Amino acid sequence: MVKLGLGFARQGVSTSLDTNGIWQVLETVADPEIPVVSVVDLGIVREVRPDRVIITPTYTGCPATQVVERDIRDALDAAGFRDVAIETTLSPPWTTEWISDAGKAKLQAYGIAPPSSAPTAACPQCGSTSTEEVSRFGSTPCKAQWRCRDCLEPFDRFKCH
Amino acid sequence: MNPVSDPILFETLLRLGDDSLILGQRLGEWCGHAPSVEVDLSLANMGLDLIGQATHFLNAAGAAEGGGRDGDALAFRRDVLDFRNCWLVEQPNGDFAQTMARQLLFSTWQEMLFGHLEGSTDETVAAIAAKAVKEVRYHAELSAEWVVRLGDGTEESRRRMQAGLEWHWRFVPELFEMDAIAAEAASRGIGADVSAFRADYDARIRAVLAEATLEPPRDQRPILGGRRGHHGEHLGHILAVMQYLPRTYPDATW
Repeated sequence: MVKLGLGFARQGVSTSLDTNGIWQVLETVADPEIPVVSVVDLGIVREVRPDRVIITPTYTGCPATQVVERDIRDALDAAGFRDVAIETTLSPPWTTEWISDAGKAKLQAYGIAPPSSAPTAACPQCGSTSTEEVSRFGSTPCKAQWRCRDCLEPFDRFKCH
Repeated sequence: MNPVSDPILFETLLRLGDDSLILGQRLGEWCGHAPSVEVDLSLANMGLDLIGQATHFLNAAGAAEGGGRDGDALAFRRDVLDFRNCWLVEQPNGDFAQTMARQLLFSTWQEMLFGHLEGSTDETVAAIAAKAVKEVRYHAELSAEWVVRLGDGTEESRRRMQAGLEWHWRFVPELFEMDAIAAEAASRGIGADVSAFRADYDARIRAVLAEATLEPPRDQRPILGGRRGHHGEHLGHILAVMQYLPRTYPDATW
């Protein structure tokens, strides 16, 4: 089967009642590291078919990967989708471009600068673009540590990946 | 034991997985000991990326072996002579400068290697490489920045960075060794012909050293043999720490 981007998959492939129900369940599964975004917002869910959910890890060594799979399993089971399998694929590799606009807005509201190709991040607290990178790696592999020069607050910036 | 179903693929995956595993474990030793909390996070996160790579490569190695071993079994229940990592990754951390010198030499190589392996004829190797190369690019950048900062820093930081490079320099030729297994893997398109990017690698390293105002060390007698299971005294000590728990409590779960 052709692997489709998330937006296309939702409109083009997954139109049956079953997959809509599965998508609704997945939208309630929070990322364990950043609980304000769902696994769907983050682009971890690549495809949904009536009998399986295909997910992909963000970073190769992300410790949340196993928790995500377990949380999805629990949520599917609780919603009666016990026969729906979970498959993991590495290819194509996850990219921050798959984070939905809704997901980016939620990150921003939560205090994490969403990924952008701009050289500097806008401070999620005060909006200033007078900011600087403190460390390439922040609290998780997917984020860098930044600081605002105006309000002086430190913040995480989701790295473009 | 049954014969390995694809010995060339098995060996290729072990070499890739063991490099990542051992360096990941080494970087983990820094946890809680780095010069600053930001550096501590960087080292731990790079270690995490490497252990993630190792998990994928070694699980695939277990599948290629066809004997029922998975990545955990390969990581935790093999002895020193069965490890196929290069000498560079098992070298002791030393001080922070020595660790960053090793990281520059390794990550620059690994980034180029994975760039080639994205086109591997083995689907799993290609997928892991395509995913991991984005992370490794970051490792190479980060370590290059530190080599420049320390090399072009104070008299003390410069002395230490130069010493770190001197320590690791003799392990670089092994990264580009093409033995019979590597040659067959390359001819089947599974592995990369590493000798093909030696000149590009040298140019990249020299550019970083020039920016760091450091002298490239004098070439020394190369140390080879890691890919055949010949290791230094350091690897056994790493394994003793890494394997203690799973060997003492086999199949323990939590």
